[in-house]
Amino acid sequence: MAEEPMAQSYPTRWKRPPVLLTHPLWRKIILLGGLVYLVLAIQTVEVDWQRVYLGLERGWRFVQGFLVPDFTTRWNDIYAGLMESLTMTVTSTVAGILISVPIGIGAARNLAPAPVYLACRGIITVSRSFQEVIIAILLVAMFGFGPFAGFLTLAFATIGFLSKLLAEEIEDCDRSQIEAIRATGASWWQVVNYAVQPQVMPRLVGLSLYRLDINFRESAVIGIVGAGGIGATLNTAIDRYEYDSAGAILIIIIAIVLVVEYSSSYIRRWVQ
Amino acid sequence: MLKLDKVSKTYKTGDKALHNACFEVPAGQVVGLIGPSGAGKSTLIRCINRLVEPTQGSIALGDTELTGLNRRELRRARRRIGMIFQEYALVERLTVMENVLSGRLGYVPAWRSYLRKFSPDDIAQAFSLLDRVGLANHYNKRADALSGGQRQRVGIARALEQNPELLLVDEPTASLDPKTSRQIMRLIRTACRERNLPAIINIHDVMLAQQFSDRIIGLKAGEIVFDGAPDALTDEVLTTIYGDEDWTQLRGDNAEQSTDPETPAVDLAEGV
Repeated sequence: MAEEPMAQSYPTRWKRPPVLLTHPLWRKIILLGGLVYLVLAIQTVEVDWQRVYLGLERGWRFVQGFLVPDFTTRWNDIYAGLMESLTMTVTSTVAGILISVPIGIGAARNLAPAPVYLACRGIITVSRSFQEVIIAILLVAMFGFGPFAGFLTLAFATIGFLSKLLAEEIEDCDRSQIEAIRATGASWWQVVNYAVQPQVMPRLVGLSLYRLDINFRESAVIGIVGAGGIGATLNTAIDRYEYDSAGAILIIIIAIVLVVEYSSSYIRRWVQ
Repeated sequence: MLKLDKVSKTYKTGDKALHNACFEVPAGQVVGLIGPSGAGKSTLIRCINRLVEPTQGSIALGDTELTGLNRRELRRARRRIGMIFQEYALVERLTVMENVLSGRLGYVPAWRSYLRKFSPDDIAQAFSLLDRVGLANHYNKRADALSGGQRQRVGIARALEQNPELLLVDEPTASLDPKTSRQIMRLIRTACRERNLPAIINIHDVMLAQQFSDRIIGLKAGEIVFDGAPDALTDEVLTTIYGDEDWTQLRGDNAEQSTDPETPAVDLAEGV
């Protein structure tokens, strides 16, 4: 076949058009403005280099304590704190899941009528708008020092986390499976049980395990504000400058988080 | 018997998906519903079991007027109407057996279906239907472990498990190869023959529709533009429904595939 001469010359260069800030001049102005603000903002941060130097020294002592952790001297305190934390974590996660599931279903737009949807979304928003430490401070003030305040804090925070993600998972469900079950004449409960539950179950298990992990870590933090557990022990150790005991506590926390992490990824694969 | 009278559907967006659809389907008749994408085929069959709420008109199944039913009555009506879906719409993580038994959901209370306590008759019928569609040994497999053709057979078994008075079939062969498509169509057709079951099959493939239907209804832009025997579907009619195309040549291409109009039931299990 004879070569045909090219009828038309096409461009050989192509650039992806910008998605944001399409106006070329405004783009430059906004980027430049952002840069100037960043430089100015960094300049306002005052750094006391002498204090940093002192802190380095303390940090070094801490690292030294961490390198030679002392598990034995305060073992009874550590053990009691650890048990308290673990109990707090497990009970609050279970209670949180039990409350989250109905709220999560209510907050899914494809399952719940508008008033229920709004009420459940409201509960989720309230729960999510406060950080655990703030709730812990409030609840410690209401119920006194100790693990009960911690349990309530973590259960409350779990509701916001789990209900929201569960609701989103339900809203992302394959609609045709729901439609098919509905078409058989199934009631609302049966649609939830047969079409929604099988689709969201693996994710619910995964999220619950993830929340168990978060709750354990949070239990260490809220202990510092008086909600009991390993956090309280850690706080005492640091207050007494017992960095070797503090190091031991940190190592235990890391080890437990690792164990939970590995076992949860294993369980998640298993429920797929 | 199914009777539609001036059924119209206008979506909230203002799209008129269906306009004054009137027709009757006597017992045992298999109706092929054809038309271009967006002509309202899906809307039409979903109006019948009210997965889509019709805006106007009346739909009567036997003595029951379907349009005015409240939720409870609607569930009772839906269980009399079996539906087979495009892309099968099986609940992927449930077993084949659970999928088939979900055809009984309209008949059992929620607590029984939750505990999977179906009556011996329901279970025996499910086994016999699975045997009938050639999947006798697959009942404990998960639905997502099956091939496309096998899944659609489970979809058919689920619809028949309802002991329906009417079958609605939405693009049953859209994602299947030509041979499996034919097997599936033959299976649906034989089931309708045996049970004297009327069916409305919404289908893209005109040649399949002609081969396996007793009657063809053509939709274009929400209106019925053709209603007659498969033989009456001439090139001119196809042009009114779909627009200009070389129909004679298309038929020629399909001719060698469509040589076996009716084969005995033994063949149903082939290619499992």
